[in-house]
Amino acid sequence: MEAFLSSLVSVAFHGAAYGMILYVISVGLSVTMGLMGFVNLAHGVFAMAGGYILIAAMDRFGVSYPLGLALAFVLVAAGSVVLERLLYSRLYTAGELAQVLFTIGLIFIAVATARLLFGTLQLLVPLPDYLKGQFGLLGRDFPAFRVFLIAFSAVMVGILWYGVERTRWGAMVRAAVDNGPMAQSIGINTRRLFTITFALGSGLAGLGGALGAEILTVQPTYPFEHLVYFLIVVAVGGLGSLRGPFFAALLIGVTDTACKYWVPQFGAFFIYVATIAILLWRPAGLFGRQG
Amino acid sequence: MIRRASYGEPARIGWLEWLPWAAALAVFFALPEYVPLGARILVYILFALSLDLILGYAGIITLGHTAFFGLGAYVAGILGAKLGVTDPLLQMAAAAAAAALLGVATGAVILRTRGLTLLMLTLAITAILLEIANKATALTGGADGLSGISVTPILGQFRFDMFGKTAYLYCLLVLFAGWWIVRRIIYSPFGASLVGIRENVVRMHAIGSPAYARLIAVYTISATIAGCAGALLTQTNQFVGLNVLSFEFAGELLVMLVLGGVGRIYGAFVGPLVYMIAQDQLAKQFPEYWYFGIGLLLVAVVLFARGGLLGIADRVVSKFRGERR
Repeated sequence: MEAFLSSLVSVAFHGAAYGMILYVISVGLSVTMGLMGFVNLAHGVFAMAGGYILIAAMDRFGVSYPLGLALAFVLVAAGSVVLERLLYSRLYTAGELAQVLFTIGLIFIAVATARLLFGTLQLLVPLPDYLKGQFGLLGRDFPAFRVFLIAFSAVMVGILWYGVERTRWGAMVRAAVDNGPMAQSIGINTRRLFTITFALGSGLAGLGGALGAEILTVQPTYPFEHLVYFLIVVAVGGLGSLRGPFFAALLIGVTDTACKYWVPQFGAFFIYVATIAILLWRPAGLFGRQG
Repeated sequence: MIRRASYGEPARIGWLEWLPWAAALAVFFALPEYVPLGARILVYILFALSLDLILGYAGIITLGHTAFFGLGAYVAGILGAKLGVTDPLLQMAAAAAAAALLGVATGAVILRTRGLTLLMLTLAITAILLEIANKATALTGGADGLSGISVTPILGQFRFDMFGKTAYLYCLLVLFAGWWIVRRIIYSPFGASLVGIRENVVRMHAIGSPAYARLIAVYTISATIAGCAGALLTQTNQFVGLNVLSFEFAGELLVMLVLGGVGRIYGAFVGPLVYMIAQDQLAKQFPEYWYFGIGLLLVAVVLFARGGLLGIADRVVSKFRGERR
């Protein structure tokens, strides 16, 4: 019983860390898809870029870990603005198929570029000493880095929620998600709003990719491998919402960890079955507006 | 001359449409060293054709079409390697039946949804199959792949030889049958109703067309053809790997189809041909640049040449004739 309880705590803990990372990466996808209806399959590219930026900055330029994280956020956000202005913006009205094809093309390019620059092996983040070791809480030991992940992500989520629910920018985003043309007609510059939101969402994905480099290993096939999970978070959570993907991400994080711990022979089978069941029950996701 | 095949166009098979078949036979006799590659191209053409039917004509955007191809490949493989069913036509029939069953079962469930939800459901179904194929190692060989597949001569007469000659002609015949079926569908009123559903489903409802039933029907037909293509691949390679169910493969198939041109029957012929030949020539020398190249190509096609290679050919031809678009 004691052993079971201990493994239960451990699964919940690791699942929560995993779920938080999934959320930080995917929330931008949810908002941009809700805002512009753009099917961006290449979102994982931003997360992968974040991971590589952190590793390259620390390994090759001797940058410290916190600065590396900041770099991952800023560089990915900046890069995504360029992509959005140059390429994405041409396809907003182009229909789903064009968007799907275009973003798959981006994935291919990113995978090849990552292979050229960093090789095919998975890279590890050289963690600073103060994040290694164990962290004692309520008579148990937890890996300090995972504790840091959960705490840091929670702070990020808090800032994000405050931004969207309490600030003027957030009100504009919510208005544009609810009714884009109406928001535009009362004078909100939805194009600029979208560029900023896209950059922020991509930056968060980069940050999430950098933070989660331990859990979602950084290797060239990253955007292909984890795409399904990012999409599940968004589709199950509901487009354009902040709350939905949060619960979806935690649900997936904990379920996936539990499955891998107790029934590894089934792999991710239950996640997919649950995804199908939830989407058939509520096609617009748990918290999406049912059309 | 290079028209978009659809209902309302004259449905007689024009001389230009015999050209691919003549070319395929010419390759068989003139370039024996390319026959094995040719057989693979024929399989991918059949697979792309099945995707074109639902993606290009009916407008069902799916990322999970490899589910049917992979299921067909594994059914044929498991029958040949584990269950002792070695007759190729029997394997093909079983693969087609399994794919059809999966198509009608999943189609009935997922085709009520649209957009991201539909995309997600097709992805998840394929992911489940991949997970099963990966974990059920006793049956599928898991990550090592399924080998030791025995295939007896076709009709007891034509043995699969090591030069791939029988396999090539066999693939060609199956592709011809698939092409004939797809062509008949596209030129039929049923095909026209599919295009109607793609363009405006609300109006199709308004004129009393049973859109949902039609979509399930075409989805099942397409799944069946994809299953046959999968079985063909298994029988010509006598090996099945996990990659037949992977997302990368689904992406590559999309690239092939889009390269040729979506929603036009011969786009599915031109795309895989060009793609596979380019891959054969370039991919081994420059694997990194190869993926970079196809990514770039996909982006360029989407941004500048939505009709693919045949779309470009169309434009050149109409310019040459001085037609105004």
